[in-house]
Amino acid sequence: MEAFLYTALGVLVATSYMCLYRIGSGPTAPDRTVAIDILGTSLVGFCALLCLLTGRDFYMNVAMAWALLSFIGTIALAKHLEGMGFDE
Amino acid sequence: MNEYIGVAMVIVGLAFDVFGCVGLVRLPDIYTRLQAATKCVTLGTCMILIGIAILTGLNATGVKALVCMAFVLITSPTAAHAIARGAYKFGVKLEEPTVVDRYAETQTDEGRS
Repeated sequence: MEAFLYTALGVLVATSYMCLYRIGSGPTAPDRTVAIDILGTSLVGFCALLCLLTGRDFYMNVAMAWALLSFIGTIALAKHLEGMGFDE
Repeated sequence: MNEYIGVAMVIVGLAFDVFGCVGLVRLPDIYTRLQAATKCVTLGTCMILIGIAILTGLNATGVKALVCMAFVLITSPTAAHAIARGAYKFGVKLEEPTVVDRYAETQTDEGRS
């Protein structure tokens, strides 16, 4: 069970590095915003698996708070994009 | 028995996460990246959380995992919708093989939208 959980955490770290590649090399600002959103959503799963691995309860609270805060940050970035535009 | 079901759901969720992030890296356009990554990663994270709720059983951690799944299921499509609208208003053009743009048609027809 423990080896399975470590493997699952490794897979999620690999997906996080894919998101970091897109944040670094995205041609436009909306690409980076999408990658930040996806990174936040997959790290919720990471925190939940960490809760199961360590047996500590507060990682699930971290995951809940992370989900809501990631949503608020993404909405703020999207509203900022909507008002900005290439030609301004 | 419950353990096998939970582990299977976590594995399927991880597969969806990986495929969504591969789509985020490989696809050519912001809108295709958005539709690949958001749907796959939302479903993958929800399946991981359901698997954890099955593995831990019906205690505080499992119920918190289910509540967290409800949060992700509500907030992630909303954020994707806002990003798509923001990207269109930002001025990102659609990629070359795209054949139809319904949103631009609703923008030109006044009173239709």
